[in-house]
Amino acid sequence: MKELVIISGKGGTGKTSLTAAFAALSSNHVLCDADVDAADLHLLLAPQIKQQTDFIGGSIASIRPADCTRCGICIEHCRFSAISDDFVVNSIDCEGCGVCVTFCPEQAIDFPPQKCGEWYISDTRFGPMVHARLGIAEENSGKLVSLIRKQARDIAEENGRELIITDGPPGIGCPVIASITGATAVLVIVEPSVSGLHDMQRVVDLASHFRIPVLICINKFDLNPDMSATITTKAGQAGLQIVGRIPFNPAFTKAMVEGITLTEYRQADPDLLTLVSTIWQTIVQSDALQKKQADSILPIINI
Amino acid sequence: MIISVASGKGGTGKTTVSTNLAVSIDREVKLFDCDVEEPNAHLFLNPEFENSTPVFTFVPKIDADRCNGCGKCAEICRFNALAVLGKKVLVFPELCHSCEGCRDICPEDAVEEDARELGVIDSGHRNGIFFVQGCMRIGEAMSPPLIRHVRSYARPEDLVIIDAPPGTSCPAINAMKGTDFVLMVTEPTPFGLHDLKLAVEAVKVLNIPCGLVVNRSDIGDRQLWDYAVQEGLPILLEIPFDRSIAEIYSRGQLLVEEVPSWRPIFARLYDAIVDTIETRRSIQ
Repeated sequence: MKELVIISGKGGTGKTSLTAAFAALSSNHVLCDADVDAADLHLLLAPQIKQQTDFIGGSIASIRPADCTRCGICIEHCRFSAISDDFVVNSIDCEGCGVCVTFCPEQAIDFPPQKCGEWYISDTRFGPMVHARLGIAEENSGKLVSLIRKQARDIAEENGRELIITDGPPGIGCPVIASITGATAVLVIVEPSVSGLHDMQRVVDLASHFRIPVLICINKFDLNPDMSATITTKAGQAGLQIVGRIPFNPAFTKAMVEGITLTEYRQADPDLLTLVSTIWQTIVQSDALQKKQADSILPIINI
Repeated sequence: MIISVASGKGGTGKTTVSTNLAVSIDREVKLFDCDVEEPNAHLFLNPEFENSTPVFTFVPKIDADRCNGCGKCAEICRFNALAVLGKKVLVFPELCHSCEGCRDICPEDAVEEDARELGVIDSGHRNGIFFVQGCMRIGEAMSPPLIRHVRSYARPEDLVIIDAPPGTSCPAINAMKGTDFVLMVTEPTPFGLHDLKLAVEAVKVLNIPCGLVVNRSDIGDRQLWDYAVQEGLPILLEIPFDRSIAEIYSRGQLLVEEVPSWRPIFARLYDAIVDTIETRRSIQ
């Protein structure tokens, strides 16, 4: 079993559109949408939900006014300034550390586990998919990402599916770390701009930090050919394989408006479809996914 | 006054809007890049950086001579940053949330203060704009503490523009909460609208007035406008898709400097934000 995680550092470079296009070109895979904070893959794949489960993240402190003697010990111990002078916990500021709960001499603080979102096992026209929805303004996105990646692995294991294609979140923080640890390879979608290059370098550094092989795909490469050349040079210097360069094409947005993948979009330029298909073949045959050690995937780190 | 520039979906144009807005306002302004995972505003503003300060957070260090292996520290830690093996305490600093519960609970006073670097705060000037950014250390998982550090550079009398991270969870919340206005940058596509709705729900939880900038306003479809009417969200600026704008951005240039006719448009955007805040205040 192998797992390819598609990330970008910078948002809006085309991760989800390309993940969906690859899903339509691949077979014998499991799909996973690890961008639980702003999940969009379902808008193109119309998953039929088979199983829906609450995600219980951390706990949040809650002071029972009837039992509170207003001694102030909880406020002293809270490092997150989450308890007001009138002894109400601000649930947005509460980190869920439970230190106030332990130290309250009256045991007047409850610590109920919170439902922080939901996760789903679904069927799509391109195979099984695991996805999730983190609640508004909730924490623990990394924990939810680790959970759904584990589910995707279990489904792949049970059904003899060889590849997990995971759509990752933007950035380099907790949900990204939870998305890539233990993966076979990451595919970084980069756009040719100063910020695209800057963010690519940071996310490549993150992948290297966790010793995960990196593939690069330049999207909208013709918006700035000089920058695309710079990205190509930098990738070469870092020994990273560039799997393809995709020109700017409104067909991606038009397919999105139709709620389908680029691969299914009938008005798409055939040359573009051939290019995306070739890129997918290049990814599948890349050293990063094919080398021997790629057959064993490593544990997901829980953060 | 603090204006946070946010979006649910990444790549909709937050940095374009916050940098062009900052340089178009005819008064002293501070620009804070709170997208500490991928800070980009400096690439467009090109400030003269004057200071660079690493920021640290508490993590525990166990004094083996004092520790008796009672395990109370591991017991109180909800984040699995401490584990007891036999009589020895193992620390996993990357998992620590700095609640200091372990230090508070230890009966032997054996938990000492160590530090984990969160990242670096850089600050500097350009043309009267005071610029501050957080740049998170590669491998660090938690961005909110660094975001809060960046925001600590604001004084009550300042006009501050915050370039926020994408999404609707803790990083975005920490950049938006307590600000006077959220300027939500979106694009009229199914992904843009879906993620905008999530972000608007988060802003409702925070109870902050909000207005929209529609970027690439002539791509996609028209559902966004229906949603804006339904939610009573004012559309304060529409920026059509223009290949030349995308190219200016890709080179790290500011739109208002390359195409000066945009400068009064961004200046009016600021006026529209001030009007929206005042209207809302008078209603309340």
